[in-house]
Amino acid sequence: MSFSRGSRKIFDNISLDIPRGKVTAIMGPSGTGKTTLLKLIGGQLKPDQGSICMDGNNVHELSRKDLYRLRKRMGMLFQSGALLTDINVFDNIAYPIREHTDLDESMIRSLVLMKLNAVGLRGARDLMPSELSGGMARRVAMARAIALDPVMVMYDEPFTGQDPISMGVLVNLIRSMNQSLHLSSIVVSHDVPETMSISDHIYLLSGGKIVAEGAPDALTNSDDPWTQQFIAGQPDGPVPFHFEAEPVMQDLLQE
Amino acid sequence: MLDKLQLIGQKQLAIISRLGQATVFLYQILLTMPGVFIRPSLIVKQLYSTGVQTLVIILVAGTFVGMVLALQAYYVLVDFGAEESISQMVVLSLMRELGPVITGLLFAGRAGSALTAEIGLMKSTEQLSGMEMMAIDPMQRVMAPRVLAGFMALPILTAIFMAVGVLGGYLVAVHGVGIYEGVYWSLAQAKVDFYTDLMNGMIKSVVFGLVIVWIAVFEGHDSVPTSEGLGQATTRTVVHGSLAVLGLDFLLTALMFGDI
Repeated sequence: MSFSRGSRKIFDNISLDIPRGKVTAIMGPSGTGKTTLLKLIGGQLKPDQGSICMDGNNVHELSRKDLYRLRKRMGMLFQSGALLTDINVFDNIAYPIREHTDLDESMIRSLVLMKLNAVGLRGARDLMPSELSGGMARRVAMARAIALDPVMVMYDEPFTGQDPISMGVLVNLIRSMNQSLHLSSIVVSHDVPETMSISDHIYLLSGGKIVAEGAPDALTNSDDPWTQQFIAGQPDGPVPFHFEAEPVMQDLLQE
Repeated sequence: MLDKLQLIGQKQLAIISRLGQATVFLYQILLTMPGVFIRPSLIVKQLYSTGVQTLVIILVAGTFVGMVLALQAYYVLVDFGAEESISQMVVLSLMRELGPVITGLLFAGRAGSALTAEIGLMKSTEQLSGMEMMAIDPMQRVMAPRVLAGFMALPILTAIFMAVGVLGGYLVAVHGVGIYEGVYWSLAQAKVDFYTDLMNGMIKSVVFGLVIVWIAVFEGHDSVPTSEGLGQATTRTVVHGSLAVLGLDFLLTALMFGDI
């Protein structure tokens, strides 16, 4: 699959598999198009070439009605949480259930409380999104992502900007929900230790290509210098510390 | 020289392209409109935020405009001994022009800017994308109720503006400059034609309402999701909305009252 924004090539003929029932991580430096990849999978963007298939359906050849039907089987956790700010936590989670089912309110209440209980926020049901901490907002968004019992959940930078406790909670939740709900998870992140601790398979993206892939252990032991620099967080290496410029002495001595 | 021509051409093409995008956007909203009627609570909520919350500014502005009109009419008419015709001038000005136009301008500033800011913020915080991914069409749930509510709210606000304007004029004419109360009301009643004056004014307000909310929701949806982009979109809504009201007012007046 290839995708460009204007003249800038974001993905250059990449190919990847997301196995059912596993946690697959997409990692890479900022600006490599990780979030764009999730939008392509969700059908919000269209690739220039190639195709994206989910359960045998080519996402971009589906009619709007069929795409919406497919999206009911996908959950997505946005980086910002994307909670609707004018309704409370309970109504945010009830929103997709009310829209897509004919369940009565008592059943919806039970479902919402179960989803909230799974993320540990049953007691926060009456709070407004503005009253939640960043970690809590992401957990509520996680509960909303699983509201319709999807088969696949996509997590966009779930650990960014989280304190260690919230980070630990989110790491644990992603792994445990994947197992208990028999989900297929895609985690897009550049938080290396957290993502590696829960992933079954990792794709490393850079410059529009997949530069490495494999199980977390295999990537940790990789000899590839770029992979090593990214995983170990080394400041200098194949990705240089300095932005391209003339030599420092020459630059300093110039008038 | 060629560069300048090229630049002008590019700008013209950009404007036409944007107009096309806005038209397609409105068409998409209109397609989803039947679904909005199934959920009247969405329309009621938007009627409150676009209509009820604009009411105070309309009441205050309407009263003062009516009072000023009466005062100015008195200063002019008294020289000809025709000051008893104040009500005719106040009522006709309000119903034909000032009612729909000033209400439209205030609506663009108050409700239009709020709509753009709200939708722009929903876009920048990924709420619209979130709805899309929940298989919920934001056109139907977010845009269409707002367009419909704005379209319904402006004629009602215009009618209220006209009514309080006439009352404001009454205050100045009867209690301020001493025109006989019966003359004020009877002349107002006798000289106003329901179709020519009142209905034409209301038709204007319906057109203005649709255009203002169309501009407001399009600018919000099309805004660059940054604080600067949102500010620019809000400004564009007020500027384009106000200019559209004034431009369309001329066009509609020419069609309704003139022989152009």
